[in-house]
Amino acid sequence: MTAFLHIYPYLIAGWIFLCGLYGIATSKHLVHMVISLAVMQTSTYVLLLNIGYRVHGAAPVFVGVSPGTVTVDPVVQALMLTDIVVEATIMALMLAMADRAHDRAGTLSPDDLRMMRG
Amino acid sequence: MMIFGGLVLLLIAITALAVVRTRNIVAQVLALSFYGLLLAVMFFVFQAPDVALSQIVVGAVALPLIVMLAEAKMQRRIRQNRKEEA
Amino acid sequence: MTAKWRLGVFWVAAAGFALLYFAGVKNLPPWGHYRGLYGQMISAVTVYERHATDAVNAVTYDYRGVDTLGEEFILFAAVLGCMVLLREPERPSEMAKPDKGLSETVKATAAASFASLLVLGIYLSTHGQLSPGGGFQGGVVIASASMLIYIAENFQVFKRITSHPLVEALESLGAGFYAIIGMVPLGFALPFLTNWLPLGTTGTLVSSGTIAVISCSVGLEVTAAFLLLGYTFLEEIISGENEEA
Repeated sequence: MTAFLHIYPYLIAGWIFLCGLYGIATSKHLVHMVISLAVMQTSTYVLLLNIGYRVHGAAPVFVGVSPGTVTVDPVVQALMLTDIVVEATIMALMLAMADRAHDRAGTLSPDDLRMMRG
Repeated sequence: MMIFGGLVLLLIAITALAVVRTRNIVAQVLALSFYGLLLAVMFFVFQAPDVALSQIVVGAVALPLIVMLAEAKMQRRIRQNRKEEA
Repeated sequence: MTAKWRLGVFWVAAAGFALLYFAGVKNLPPWGHYRGLYGQMISAVTVYERHATDAVNAVTYDYRGVDTLGEEFILFAAVLGCMVLLREPERPSEMAKPDKGLSETVKATAAASFASLLVLGIYLSTHGQLSPGGGFQGGVVIASASMLIYIAENFQVFKRITSHPLVEALESLGAGFYAIIGMVPLGFALPFLTNWLPLGTTGTLVSSGTIAVISCSVGLEVTAAFLLLGYTFLEEIISGENEEA
């Protein structure tokens, strides 16, 4: 049981990843597919944050806190910070591509997304 | 604190499945906004205030906004095509 | 490949991924007992070495500044791609009568909220080295504030704010200024992105050298990027609605 508790957040991150992948595989709408990709990206946030966590660790901000206290890891938080903002912009780019695909092919379902023939 | 964090993680896992299984786009955008807020709560519980700020602003405000704008664009084009055919 | 086949392949792939992932994860250090030393050392020395009290922003803009520069240019390129993809041919600029917007109460509340959100965004951007915040968060807050203007008023007011070429110039300036600040130490035979400005007193606004300057510049760039994104997505919807009306 304690072994399960030791790796519990990492399993949750893997579960979220598989949920997003399931959404992409069974999607019938391009925007639904983009949102499922966003869910897959959040699984990396969950994994990174929980790797860097220390029990009874403070937040890595030293206003009024002496610099010797045990903090959670600031390096993984720095990785996640920029990643979240960049995620939104990449979603916007993919939505622009979905819009262009809808313009050309006339359909929003990925299954029928072929160029008009003839 | 770890028990509360564990419960929030379980809630996040359930909400991720809910976001993916919603087929109506407007409902899915609202579910995504709620999921973003839940993630921000988790970041806050695990002592990451910078990342929580970033997630609240982007994941609950900017990302659903962009998705809704794109969806409105495509729905308008569908309506225009239907009017032209009729 | 039909939908049923795709679902079957997905289940096989999910099973394989789950097995490999579990095998990889079960030997990690237990939850809450991270053993990495890099973060511990940075937490111990940030206040003394860089006079910055927020360790995460010190790592983002100084210790790992190169990674953030790359991410900022990803943002820049993605916005550029969106604008190129959604560029529409020029329409004749006669528009129908402008939309009235919402009621006067909503407009007054939106104006007051816009002012306070603007101040909050500027505060977050400039206090990146002191408290949680920084350029990325402050930039998105200011861009969301301008969306409030669009919701309360009509599109013409929003268009006057965001379609001005100044917004594009500010975005390029914000992105380029980060690289220029990094390149100045190269002239003195120091590594790229060395913290070369005077470090100042810990806890004041003018401290930690280049971290504060980079934070402001990133805030400028992210604001302009999200304003351009909003304008690009809205433009075709609104001009199309005006044509139908």
